[in-house]
Amino acid sequence: MSETTTAAVPWNPKRSTPGALARLLDNKAFLVFLCLLPAVGLLMVFLTYPLGLGIWLAFTDTHIGRGGVFVGFENFESLWYDQVFWGAVFYTLFYTTVATVLKFGLGLWLALLLNENVPFKSLIRAIILMPWIVPTVLSAIAFWWMFDAQFSIISYVLVDVLGWRDTYIDFLGTPWHARWSLVFANVWRGIPFVAISLLAGLQTISPSLYEAALLDGASSWQRFTKITAPLLMPILSVVLTFSVLFTFTDFQLVYAITRGGPINSTHLMATLAFQRGIPGGQLGEGAAIAVSMIPFLVLATLFSYFALSRRKWQQGGNDE
Amino acid sequence: MSKSTDEGAVLSWQSGPRRMVTVYLPLAIFIFILLFPFYWMTITTFKPNAELYDYKQYNPFWVVHPTLANIKKLLFETSYPRWLMTTMLVAICSTVLSIFASVLAAYAIQRLRFRGANAVGLAIYIAYLVPPSILFIPLATMVFQLGLFDSPLALILTYPTFLIPFCTWLLIGYFKSIPYELEECALIDGATRLQILRRITLPLAVPGLISAGIFSFTLSWNEFIYALAFISSSEKKTVPVAILTELVQGDVYQWGSLMAGSLLGSLPVAIFYSFFVDYYVSSLTGAVKE
Repeated sequence: MSETTTAAVPWNPKRSTPGALARLLDNKAFLVFLCLLPAVGLLMVFLTYPLGLGIWLAFTDTHIGRGGVFVGFENFESLWYDQVFWGAVFYTLFYTTVATVLKFGLGLWLALLLNENVPFKSLIRAIILMPWIVPTVLSAIAFWWMFDAQFSIISYVLVDVLGWRDTYIDFLGTPWHARWSLVFANVWRGIPFVAISLLAGLQTISPSLYEAALLDGASSWQRFTKITAPLLMPILSVVLTFSVLFTFTDFQLVYAITRGGPINSTHLMATLAFQRGIPGGQLGEGAAIAVSMIPFLVLATLFSYFALSRRKWQQGGNDE
Repeated sequence: MSKSTDEGAVLSWQSGPRRMVTVYLPLAIFIFILLFPFYWMTITTFKPNAELYDYKQYNPFWVVHPTLANIKKLLFETSYPRWLMTTMLVAICSTVLSIFASVLAAYAIQRLRFRGANAVGLAIYIAYLVPPSILFIPLATMVFQLGLFDSPLALILTYPTFLIPFCTWLLIGYFKSIPYELEECALIDGATRLQILRRITLPLAVPGLISAGIFSFTLSWNEFIYALAFISSSEKKTVPVAILTELVQGDVYQWGSLMAGSLLGSLPVAIFYSFFVDYYVSSLTGAVKE
């Protein structure tokens, strides 16, 4: 390197030899290490380590302000006989399943509607994303007000405008009403994400496929099941994984609207973990509840991984 | 919001009236339901208490005597401006930190072609799937031991755990779209790797940087569970946490000021969003596609 530099002196006398630091930075191994250091370092310290620490805490009786000792499976044993915990598990599964099905059904419908040639499409798309942009807690407070027992606008419309009911609905006062109200709020917030992601997938499908199907006399239902659905499947599975994951671990909406009430009927595992762990001070038990979510998350992650790899195979297989 | 014009029916095989029922009507209902909470939030903010709780005399869908009392109360009788400043500080610092780390990581994974690059990329992707709900308890004990409890620094350091994976994946996608030949030319001309990153790759990846930046900013602005768990003193809270915990006092909810708080807390992101809609859409769909 230095020999070529000296040889080049006659026609480029100003070229300086690189300093030690510059040479170090051109060493690839060192450069890779340096580039990955901030990201990997931060994730190691504040993500991987706490993940391990959380699993360890689940096997101790740590309280706020005092370290705990290893107690084996004691936390999980007491949770096993805890009605509130099983109620939270049930509601988490119910909430995730119902909300995901509704979000995907309605989101797909909305995406299909937007994929028609509607005027002002980009404006409508921008408006539709609003519920997803605004902080969840703040829109949750708006829902809390709309679900008010005395002054709910929904009840007002049903009772005083349409006359379909005689009494105002107590949205958040009884367990099942509260459960469905929270699912509704979650679906409201989740539709835009699903719809816009699926719309992006729909737009990659070539119109010539539809034209060919039309010439062959396919009905609109056949066009949907034979062209749209299979070509949308890869992106659908990724969006589904994310949606299930974030609905399953949801916290904000329930904490803002009901805080787990009435009589613990709307606790999600995340809100129960928070209630036991931070205000309740029983960090060990809270961590045990949080750790109980991990098996479900691993399943979802594996699903996502295989969906992604299948997608690569499809890209290799298709010669469009 | 329903559009009754029938233009642009090039690829549609449906007649006008049928299209009205199958496309525009459902679309109008969707838009109405998705936007109604915001309308309700806004209208409640400007209602005086007399109208707020009297549906018999006043139509609840409109406001007869608009008042600024709720907003005035929020701005001058609570520490709302303080909360706004804290949230802004935390969001900007964690965004800058995450973008810095993500650019370097994405460049190394996508461009330096070292052995195991794919494994590192996959690990970062998996990190995105670890939700804050299972991390906040151990993080709370860590924050306490590090002496960061009740300090904005705790949030600035923990938010990157969900921002970095997202930004890195977004930027890997952008870097992939930049021709490698440009970098090879620069290498032949004697540029160092860091010069290439600064002079060639980054300027070409500016749209990706903007997407990652505004997305991180929004995610940090909306974050709730860490801010709830790590901050205890009233004046250091972020906007979402403060509105929920400081404005709800006792059993009588001040719906007027609660709605004013929600409206003003949503406005900064909503305005920010309206300037960068296309970047949001591209980063949302780009992140899903990668």
